[in-house]
Amino acid sequence: MPEAKLSLRGVHKSFGDNQVLRGIDLDVAAGEMICLIGASGSGKSTLLRCINQLEPIDDGTVWLDGLDISEPGLDLGPVRRRIGIVFQSYNLFPHISALDNVLLAPRRVLGEDGTARAEALFERFGLAQHMRKYPDQLSGGQQQRVAVIRALAMQPEIMLFDEITAALDPELVGEVLNVLRQLRSEGMTMILATHEMGFARELADRVCFMDGGVIVEEGPPEQIFTAPEVARTQAFLRSVLR
Amino acid sequence: MNRRQAYEAAQRRRALAVAGVSTFAVLAAIILMVPLAPGWPAVKASFFDGGVFVQTFPTLLQAFLIDVMIFAWSVPLILGLGLAIALARGARAPALFPLRIFGAVYVDIFRGVPVVLTIYLIGFGVPGLGLPRPWNSPYIWGTVALVLTYSAYIAEVLRSGIESIHASQRNAAICLGLSERDTMRYVILPQAIRRVVPANMNMLVALQKDVALLSFIGPVEILRQAGIYKSLLANFTPYVVAAVIFLAVTVPATRYADHLLNRDRDARS
Repeated sequence: MPEAKLSLRGVHKSFGDNQVLRGIDLDVAAGEMICLIGASGSGKSTLLRCINQLEPIDDGTVWLDGLDISEPGLDLGPVRRRIGIVFQSYNLFPHISALDNVLLAPRRVLGEDGTARAEALFERFGLAQHMRKYPDQLSGGQQQRVAVIRALAMQPEIMLFDEITAALDPELVGEVLNVLRQLRSEGMTMILATHEMGFARELADRVCFMDGGVIVEEGPPEQIFTAPEVARTQAFLRSVLR
Repeated sequence: MNRRQAYEAAQRRRALAVAGVSTFAVLAAIILMVPLAPGWPAVKASFFDGGVFVQTFPTLLQAFLIDVMIFAWSVPLILGLGLAIALARGARAPALFPLRIFGAVYVDIFRGVPVVLTIYLIGFGVPGLGLPRPWNSPYIWGTVALVLTYSAYIAEVLRSGIESIHASQRNAAICLGLSERDTMRYVILPQAIRRVVPANMNMLVALQKDVALLSFIGPVEILRQAGIYKSLLANFTPYVVAAVIFLAVTVPATRYADHLLNRDRDARS
């Protein structure tokens, strides 16, 4: 059994005949930040969804602190609250205020009020004056930051980010990336699927290039971005970094 | 006024004039032509008797209150049962499979039988079991028939609302660690119910009218009262009075439902 915070071995996932993940091995240490890069359809999003077991995996194993969380039949409630995830499309609950979005899970799952912690989070990410607003009264960047706060309110040990800036207007990307920088400086363990190459290069401990459902190449950002060894990585980076 | 506005104002004036002229022509034709029909004097005397109208209106309005009462206590029962049936039909756990089957059969039966037939069968059938007073009251069993029928419709509307909520909402809730039950209760249902309010308003307007069908099994509500007057006065005007009273309630209610539907569609486009 591996000793990392999170370990994946031989993870496979298919949707019908479409093999999306074909054997993923990955170790993530506590406090590490991993960026998954690669073309659309390379399996980045599916990999994240297989880590928090939103998608059950077909074969292989996912360990969280030595616990096999991919075991069929396992009660996933306690696992999911340890792994936060933020989606590209925010997925805030539109019928309740931003604050209630954040408070729902702490109240129902942890059985605690959580208001003080939630307000502190809104304060920290510069959204205190928007707390009482409804999602459709907020800009895309603000909504996405609320989604991050909503995940953080459960005090997760790992955060997954699924292309969280991809749906935003360019001028709103910065405010969301700043939130990630802040989390990084606080030592959160994070895995990001991203198209923001500059950001991956700036902050990641490790960059994994995915293609065709496997991790083709991984390493420190300097190495991946300046001296990629595999031809497919070189071709991908040429196409996005011109 | 700029050129565009002047053009549009002229267009509007023209459209108004055309609409006015054509409406006037149709109305004039009706007013002039209908009295030319050979039976018109007889119809006028038996359906539009002003004296009978004034004489029967107060009592009929009072009888209408019984319709309103039956409507008022049916609605919460219908909404509650409809919600229960909708949730039963969506139940996924294997242990709840019988509930799911029951929900499907229930909806099939009560949507498939004409309301008036359900009212007859339940309104005459159940009291026929020899129940003691007050449990043989046609008010109770007529209401039960309405509740059974309408909750089947409401359940289907609610279910379509539940299914219209995008899967990403459920995923977001599940990923936060919420249970299936809490996800339904706090995330899916509040959105689904809001979404189907306009459709359910139309159902309630239909229900308001169908309450009159209970007249077939006994309660002296507006339709039956009008029938009594018809026999008494040998005149059909009480039916027209009843129709006018119904319209006074259902037209505003329908308009309001349409308004909600339009607002909902605008909000989503």
